[in-house]
Order: sequence, then structure tokens, then C-alpha cells
Amino acid sequence: MTSRRRTTGFLLVGLLVALVVAGIGSYYASSSPDGLEWSAEKEGFLDTAEDSATADSPLADYSVSGVDDGRLSGGLAGVIGVAVTLVLAGGITLLVRRRHDTADEHADADAGPPPTSRS
Amino acid sequence: MCNKVDVVHVPDGFLDAPTSVATGVLAAGTVALALRKAREELDERTAPLAGLTAAFVFAVQMMNFPVGAGTSGHLIGGALTAVLVGPWTAVLCMTVVLLVQAVLFADGGLTALGTNVTLMALVAVGVGYGLFRLLVAVLPRTRTGFLIGAGVGAFASVPLAALAFVALFAAGGVADISLGAVAATMGGIHVLIGLGEAAITVVVLGAVLAARPDLVHGAAHLRSADALLRRPEVVAPR
Repeated sequence: MTSRRRTTGFLLVGLLVALVVAGIGSYYASSSPDGLEWSAEKEGFLDTAEDSATADSPLADYSVSGVDDGRLSGGLAGVIGVAVTLVLAGGITLLVRRRHDTADEHADADAGPPPTSRS
Repeated sequence: MCNKVDVVHVPDGFLDAPTSVATGVLAAGTVALALRKAREELDERTAPLAGLTAAFVFAVQMMNFPVGAGTSGHLIGGALTAVLVGPWTAVLCMTVVLLVQAVLFADGGLTALGTNVTLMALVAVGVGYGLFRLLVAVLPRTRTGFLIGAGVGAFASVPLAALAFVALFAAGGVADISLGAVAATMGGIHVLIGLGEAAITVVVLGAVLAARPDLVHGAAHLRSADALLRRPEVVAPR
């Protein structure tokens, strides 16, 4: 019980760090082109990039459309991204995980004790 | 438009359709295999950690750090995730991150999703975790040995993922330019970015190892070596 509570506390701290990084820290990220973009420009194939089919997404380029304040818009986009990623990845891993305990319980229940008395 | 955050994965258009289809098939096959194999890595305790790790990687990928010459880089997180929650689970986590980025944030093209999954969920995870395993097998079974293994794996995963992109570019790049130059430019800048990858990976793993060594997938050998054993009740049965 305490072990489970300790794990929950640890996970909550991790989530808080992720939310702070995405929601606040990301505003201070370097806006210089990243390694791939820089290389593509230097070697002259950046112009072969095409707009993504999702370029009109309300969250495109990590800003929330309709929110004008850059800090708020980017921070909100980051928080939404963290939440969606957590739910999707957490959902998949919860579905995939082993459930030995419940499986064993079912196996025991199925086997059951032999009937010992008949009245 | 002020785009403070500009994470760039492979966009649509860099690679031709056959190459994108091929990486798409490779990525789908890898994810299908990972869905079966990750079962062995995930239980009641580690499944929530895996979800959190994906969310954490999404967040830290937004933090582009300067690498000089007017360029920036960001964490990939393949090695970090694999060491934390296991390599097959890492394939799933990285794929979710890339899917969310491509669909919601227009970061990385939709037709390039297979390419990005191949580079970051397959190559970066495979190289990072493979090298980590190799190193912890020969290094002392200590916290330091563990962190060196993870750091070197993380470092190497970045230029190798970049070179894997160059290989794909050689096979199906739309632009007709010198491959040697692309390889040198991509490899060179990603060696620098790899240093940042290693630093972030070592700091995060060091923190988790200090707080909850029992939750770290890649630290099982430390627990069995008694080096970090403080909670005998949570050691997984052999």
C-alpha cells in the first residue's frame, strides 16, 4: 500500500516536471533551426519540404490558434500535447501489460476446491 | 507569426513515395512486433511509468537547445526511454510521441511518419539500447557504469539516426545533391546534438535511479548485484 502510494507520488512529480517543461520552459527554447532543418538548408534541399496535411491544425507549430499571446499559446499547446501523449501512451501500455495476478486468481477460482460434503 | 518552438522532424516531400511507403511498412511491422514484445516489459507498476515517459519525452523535445553556429537540437529520447521502460515499450512510446506531433502539431509530415518512426523509434532506440546493453555488460556493475552506458548509447543514437536519414535520402531523396556533403553536414551537426542528448539522458536517469531504482528497466543488473538493493520486497521474482 505504501509502496503504491510512493509510486503514485513519484509519477505525479514526473508529470509535474513534464507540464512545467512543456507549459513554461518551452517558451525559452532556442528558436534557431534544428540540425535537420539547418543541414537541409545548407545542402540545398530544404525547399523540397512540403506543408503537412495537418498544417491547418488548430495546434500547428505548437501554438493554439486564436490565442495571440505567444507565451500562453505555446504553453497551452505544450500542456495539451503532454496530456494527449500521456493518455494515448498510458492507455496503450495499460492494455498491453501483463496481468498475472488476476490471471492466477481466475485460474485458482476455476480449479476450485473439490466438493467435500454432500447433504 | 512568432514560432518560439520549432521542433523539426522529417517533413513531407524530402523522400519520394516508394521510400516513404517502405519506411511506413517497416515502421508498422516494428510497432506490431513491439505490441507483442512489450507485454513482457510491462506490469501494473511499469505501465503508468511508460505513459509518463512518453509525455516527458514529448515535453523535452520542445526544449530546443543551442548547439552553436545558429543551430539548435532537441532530445530524441529513444535511449532514455528504452533504458527506463524497456526497448519494446520504448518503440511504442516514441511512436505515440511522433504520432501526436505529426497529427496535432504538424511537426513531421504525415507521409513521413513511417520515416520518423523508423529513425527515432527504431534506429535511435535500437542503437541507444543496444550500445547500452553492450557497455553495461563490460563496465563495472555500478551506478557510474550504468550511467556511462546510457550516456554513450544516447550520444551515438543521434548521429546514427541522422546517418540513417542520409541512407534513406540516398535511396529516395527528391533533391539531386551530393550525398557525401549531406552525410558530413548531417553527421557533424548531430554529433554535437548527441552531446546534449547524452547530458539530458544521464541527468534524468541519474535522478530516477536515485529516487526509484526499482522502476528502471535497464538497472535490473544493479539490483541483482546488490548495489542498489534497498527495497527487497519490490525486486521482481526471477
